[in-house]
Amino acid sequence: MTRELTRMTAAELSAALAAGQVSAVEVTRAHLDRIAAVDDRVHAFLHVAADSALAQAADVDESRRAGEELGPLAGVPVAVKDLFTTIGMPTTCGSRILAGWHPPYDATITRRLKQAGAVIVGKTNMDEFAMGSSTENSAFGPSRNPWDLDRVPGGSSGGSSAAVAAYEAPLAIGTDTGGSIRQPAAVCGIVGTKPTYGGSSRYGVVAFASSLDTPGPLARTVLDAALLHEAMSGHDPCDSTSIDAPVPPVVAAAREGDVSGMRIGVVTELGGDGYQPGVLSRFAEAVELLESLGAKVTEVSCPHFRYALPAYYLIAPSECSSNLARFDAMRYGLRAGDDGTRDAEEVMALTRAEGFGAEVKRRVILGTYALSSGYYDAYYGKAQQVRTLIIRDFDAAFGQADVLVSPSTPTTAFGIGERADDPMAMYLADLCTIPSDLAGNAAISVPCGLAPEDALPVGLQVMAPALADDRMYRVAAAAEAAFTDRWGQPLLAQAKGL
Amino acid sequence: MTTTDTLVPFAEAMERYEPVIGLETHVELGTRTKMFCGCTTIFGAEPNTQVCPVCLGLPGSLPVVNRVAIEYTIRIGLALNCTIATWCRFARKNYFYPDMPKNFQISQYDEPLCTNGWLDVPVAERTFRVGIERVHLEEDTGKSQHVGGATGRIHGAEYSLVDYNRAGIPLVEIVTKPVEGTGAAAPEVARAYVTELRDLVRALGVSDVRMEEGSLRSDVNVSLAPRGSGYWGKRTETKNVNSLRSVERAVRFEIERQAAVLDAGERVIQETRHFHEDTGTTTSGRSKEEAQDYRYFPEPDLVPVAPPADWVAQIRAALPEAPTARRARLQAEWGLRDAEMTALSNAGALDLVAETVAAGAPPSDARKWWLGELARRANDAGLELADLAITPAQVARVAELVSSGVLNDRLARDVIDAVLAGEGTPDEVVAARGLAVVSDEGALIAAVDEAIAAHPDIAARVREGKGAAAGPLVGAVMRATGGKADAARVRQLILDRLSWGQADGGTTITG
Amino acid sequence: MSITRDEVAHLARLARIALSDAELDHLAPQLDQIITAVAQVQEVAAEGIPPTSHATGLTNVYRDDEPVPCLTPEEALDQAPAVELQRFKVPRILAEE
Repeated sequence: MTRELTRMTAAELSAALAAGQVSAVEVTRAHLDRIAAVDDRVHAFLHVAADSALAQAADVDESRRAGEELGPLAGVPVAVKDLFTTIGMPTTCGSRILAGWHPPYDATITRRLKQAGAVIVGKTNMDEFAMGSSTENSAFGPSRNPWDLDRVPGGSSGGSSAAVAAYEAPLAIGTDTGGSIRQPAAVCGIVGTKPTYGGSSRYGVVAFASSLDTPGPLARTVLDAALLHEAMSGHDPCDSTSIDAPVPPVVAAAREGDVSGMRIGVVTELGGDGYQPGVLSRFAEAVELLESLGAKVTEVSCPHFRYALPAYYLIAPSECSSNLARFDAMRYGLRAGDDGTRDAEEVMALTRAEGFGAEVKRRVILGTYALSSGYYDAYYGKAQQVRTLIIRDFDAAFGQADVLVSPSTPTTAFGIGERADDPMAMYLADLCTIPSDLAGNAAISVPCGLAPEDALPVGLQVMAPALADDRMYRVAAAAEAAFTDRWGQPLLAQAKGL
Repeated sequence: MTTTDTLVPFAEAMERYEPVIGLETHVELGTRTKMFCGCTTIFGAEPNTQVCPVCLGLPGSLPVVNRVAIEYTIRIGLALNCTIATWCRFARKNYFYPDMPKNFQISQYDEPLCTNGWLDVPVAERTFRVGIERVHLEEDTGKSQHVGGATGRIHGAEYSLVDYNRAGIPLVEIVTKPVEGTGAAAPEVARAYVTELRDLVRALGVSDVRMEEGSLRSDVNVSLAPRGSGYWGKRTETKNVNSLRSVERAVRFEIERQAAVLDAGERVIQETRHFHEDTGTTTSGRSKEEAQDYRYFPEPDLVPVAPPADWVAQIRAALPEAPTARRARLQAEWGLRDAEMTALSNAGALDLVAETVAAGAPPSDARKWWLGELARRANDAGLELADLAITPAQVARVAELVSSGVLNDRLARDVIDAVLAGEGTPDEVVAARGLAVVSDEGALIAAVDEAIAAHPDIAARVREGKGAAAGPLVGAVMRATGGKADAARVRQLILDRLSWGQADGGTTITG
Repeated sequence: MSITRDEVAHLARLARIALSDAELDHLAPQLDQIITAVAQVQEVAAEGIPPTSHATGLTNVYRDDEPVPCLTPEEALDQAPAVELQRFKVPRILAEE
């Protein structure tokens, strides 16, 4: 039964729990056992919250026994990226500078998960302060891709993605700023969503790039992702950038999964040179599949998308250089070099040198440069203008198509160490995902096969206009159903070993 | 600590140079909660008892704008005749300092909420129109206490202790345009501007503007150029100016110092200076050669502020009377000359008199008490009039007790002393001490008869028609009644008793 | 060359990061490469194009001036590296603010 429980989807677990076929404590225990069995190899988790998880599960069982009305996620295990504040558990953001930090408050999303009765099994590994595409920038060692433990699980939400792909939890929370949910989901063969920016609260999410950061769900199926999406989303008065509108009906859309009559736009600029051939071929097949399901496929051009990467690598570092200034050894976190002879400034500088990893240092310095007087207009200012042009490209494209599609990322999972000291090469992983972040639109990655050259997962990205998240879930669900039909089983079931 | 700077005496400096001044004033708004979070803002609370993840800048925290702070800022802008922005944003001002939890301050940069206004400032017999460049909103910082050095100042301290209660309190920054043409009146104009601004802000009800509590802070900018040169000199910015008097002294000192620098053929360094209360001097502040680059960019965690026109109109309609208009109206109502009005303002008695009048006292009585007896008491105690332990309503009550004959002036002074000493309200004091004028005619007549009997020669002279001779008899009765008689009444009784024009000292009682 | 080693050193100081010489040797060429790449944005003709700082288009988001329970001093100071007299104890601050 234990092995079965960890292979069930969140929707299946939810039904079993509701029917009383299994208790939340049993479900939680099964997943904790799985974590204990495989996480020494996967390293998805930085902190496993066994005691509090079992206590939460016991509470859910108690409530159910008492006849209370419980939501769909009650008793379902969730893994939380270590970027979200959680009372009673450490929040490190994958950084030495916050090693051992216990925040005194819960993120809004943490609170909502708890209120929904979800069982938080632990905090997952990530690239330090969400900067990276592989978790190799974590101060606590990389996570590993369950498909091939010598390969990266993607990033920055690599730990969350690996946890779900390794059946350590059916659901996980991540954040997407340049692609940090979709890219890891794609290379791990699971589903990952970047909701509309402002659709999910950033309160309690340690800020990387404030105007881009978007919390979102990772799961093994589109329906599971939709269930988590609904539970975690919605307006938050503690977040001024949070949208005050109803959450789009993503669960209903995921259940419908129908693309007949929909116009699907293939973005010309998101393909071609630099893309792994197997990725392109699987993507092309996915598009054909959608067409066969009744969608009308066209090509659309978004000419400014080729400037999306440089614009992003100006805007995000600029905002992060400011967001990370607070880590100065004065109020929490690491304090280095305070031997009684040094002044505050020296202690700050020594602490940040010791506490931040190389990628964080690069981006903070880059951001400081881009915002400097004399450079602001040419760099940060210009990037914000490019951002406007990208939004306009999307607007025009969505005039011709209901959703846009592309590969989620140009390659399959690369090897650990392969790009670790080549920042530019690492940044290319975000080519397809960045435009949606800049525009604040919704986007999802859903598995569309294994690349022939390496038998590693490929993801199909579906993009929808802001607040039309349900539309992309509809398309993703249709694709998923059709693929599962074709393969005879979910993609993940094809993974060897784990 | 005396200055080692050379100084040119003020009058001499003003012969050769022209000053241009500017003022940057910070007002802490009196909102119940902070600018971006719901922490309370009570002054003097125990350290770190009014903090939360937002104002502590904890990782993951986010700001949310306090609507009332926006309203108060618009009020200030409108009262200063500014244009209110239809759309503006907050910006991050980035620099590292331990009293700033995020190491950036949320402020406004090139899009302030209010711009381009003015404030008319009366100085002696003239009125200066001081241009207002901008009014914007930002958040206040925490407070550090430096430990281990000799003076509690920053230099030589071993470490610091930081309290973040103040961090996040809304701060309005008001920046003047450069003020030219003040000449030798520059120090007075600077002081008068801050005074006028303070009174205006107080009248708006948006801050208690107490310089001694830090809810009103002013930095002064001064530059000098040779008379008639047509250009402006390099300006210095002086901080730590903590009282109205310091504003004036700081401007004066900077003029004298800069004049000496320029006389010596040297350049005035454009820098931030620190004012020293004890010596009235300024010293160089920042030792950094490079100017601070704050790397301003629009605050991504906040959305633009676009005050709807009808909201601004509502705020405008609810503005109270401006201090200048109010002063003119009161002057007309009270029938005072300009000099008399000025005397009231200078003594800090204007509002007190107005409130006393509002409580029912005639303006002349109100002025008499506040500028007379109470001013003396305040002076003796080293206090401002407003800090005396007596309210305008109580002063009005005393004036009423005198005009109704219950008290005479001497008794009234006693009552006032008692109220100041905390013995209670005027009525309570009168009752407790039995200070009411003796108005029992019987007792008075008895005292009058005793005095007449005791001084037959004086009585005789009064009887002969020399009314002026009655003085000593009045004095005797006053002594006999412990000063609690109404002197005029006593005198009348004596005259009646001695029947002016009547030959005998009969017991006829005249009503 | 878009950025020199000295400029990188200067920026690190501004950002309060005490880079070692070895780190500087390593990071400076990488930053130069990155800055050259991101400078591509300057190729874009953007005359009259307004910058986007906020994607949502929201304006006027406020809260009421009502107190909300805050942290206790213990919670606020719990994670501090050093505490004295219920305040955050920090190394001596040299510069006047």
